Amino acid sequence: MHEMSLAEGIVQIVETTARANDARAVRAVWLALGALSHVEHESLRFSFDVVKHGTVAHDARLEIEITPGRAWCMPCAESVDLARLGDACPRCGSHQLQVTQGEEMRVKEIEIA
Amino acid sequence: MCTTCGCGHGETKIEGDAHGHAHRHAGGSEHGHDHDHDHDHEHGHDHGHEHAPGCGHDHVHHHGHAHEQGDDAAHVHDHEHVLADGTVVRHSHDHGGVAVHGDHVHFGVGAAHAHAPGMSQTRMVQIEQDILAKNNQHARFNREFLAERGIFAVNLVSSPGSGKTTLLTESIQRLLPATPVTVIEGDQQTANDAERIRATGARALQINTGKGCHLDASMVERALERLQPPDKSVLFIENVGNLVCPAAFDLGEAHKVVVLSVTEGEDKPLKYPDMFKAATLMLLNKVDLLPYVSFDVAKCIEYARRVNPAIEVMQVSATKGDGMDTWLAWVRLHAVTAKHARTQPKVATAE
Repeated sequence: MHEMSLAEGIVQIVETTARANDARAVRAVWLALGALSHVEHESLRFSFDVVKHGTVAHDARLEIEITPGRAWCMPCAESVDLARLGDACPRCGSHQLQVTQGEEMRVKEIEIA
Repeated sequence: MCTTCGCGHGETKIEGDAHGHAHRHAGGSEHGHDHDHDHDHEHGHDHGHEHAPGCGHDHVHHHGHAHEQGDDAAHVHDHEHVLADGTVVRHSHDHGGVAVHGDHVHFGVGAAHAHAPGMSQTRMVQIEQDILAKNNQHARFNREFLAERGIFAVNLVSSPGSGKTTLLTESIQRLLPATPVTVIEGDQQTANDAERIRATGARALQINTGKGCHLDASMVERALERLQPPDKSVLFIENVGNLVCPAAFDLGEAHKVVVLSVTEGEDKPLKYPDMFKAATLMLLNKVDLLPYVSFDVAKCIEYARRVNPAIEVMQVSATKGDGMDTWLAWVRLHAVTAKHARTQPKVATAE
């Protein structure tokens, strides 16, 4: 997806929170990006570095935490790990999977001064 | 402009707008032109922030680690906390030169070894906000708007050239007059598609996204206000021709329907999985051309089901009529359900 746009969204969320907490500066931003989410991480880092200029997040570090992909396998009737969308169940090889985790894109927390 | 991704900044035009663009305020808040919504947080006064479901309130947590004497280099600590879903997260971070020794707080214990009076401590503020939260907020509003009026809304997505608009004009001609239909059209430029729709007798509103590559929920919200679709009708939203971006944006529709034509590759579902996963129904269009192309229908359906086991598939030809009855039966069935599920019955009016 368009990482520059996501970066703008992140900075916006961070600015709003920083304002609400009377922060002078944001030191770090933690993101939770699911392993199955539609984001290219390096591109996001690059974009964030560009977009944060001139904002309260000017010197903020970006920390990305990748949450693993999980899915419910219908034939197995069990929750399994899923590395990528479209992958088969690691246990039985079926594609009848319902993704339960790993598509999220969240700003988790920020460190402010 | 897309409120989430900023694409098409200042360029979104909705038919009938004098100058339909969103703009930013000096304080960083921004809002669309024509309206003022209570639910829109960006109005220049701080509501704090929206929370992801399950996250009750934001809180500040201090790290408060004790340190061994003499440990006065810039500190790196391992910090562990547990997310709402049980995921344990460990990360290291620098305290920016602050250390706590028992009840004595040291400032300025970074590499400079200087005590800088007044240098502030840092604190953590938990946010847990979905990056797409703003779009989803608008999408929820749209969904409620439509539910209150008993309107069934479909978000039509595809590559450019799959035959969406023709499929729409052919569908509308068969649906009218028994089923009222309105259309929201999305394209970068021109009102060509909206005009083609209007020629069928249905009302249509064109959204030009400018440089933008997808419709988002706030654009659709503004369009709905202008369009005022009638109660108990069907709303088609023809998204910008794009098999990538629209997948991620909830517009408030009941279903995303992906249109794939047999003149495209049968492995499209594997190459663009996000879109096929987001769709409830795949319409395989232009089947009248099957004798002239090497398109493997069975394989295509298999690929689609691999990416989305629950996806329904219908084979149609908008121009020749194949499969149109089945597709329209699906539309009518959902329209009837939406009519009867109307959430807020209005005062009875003459119908």
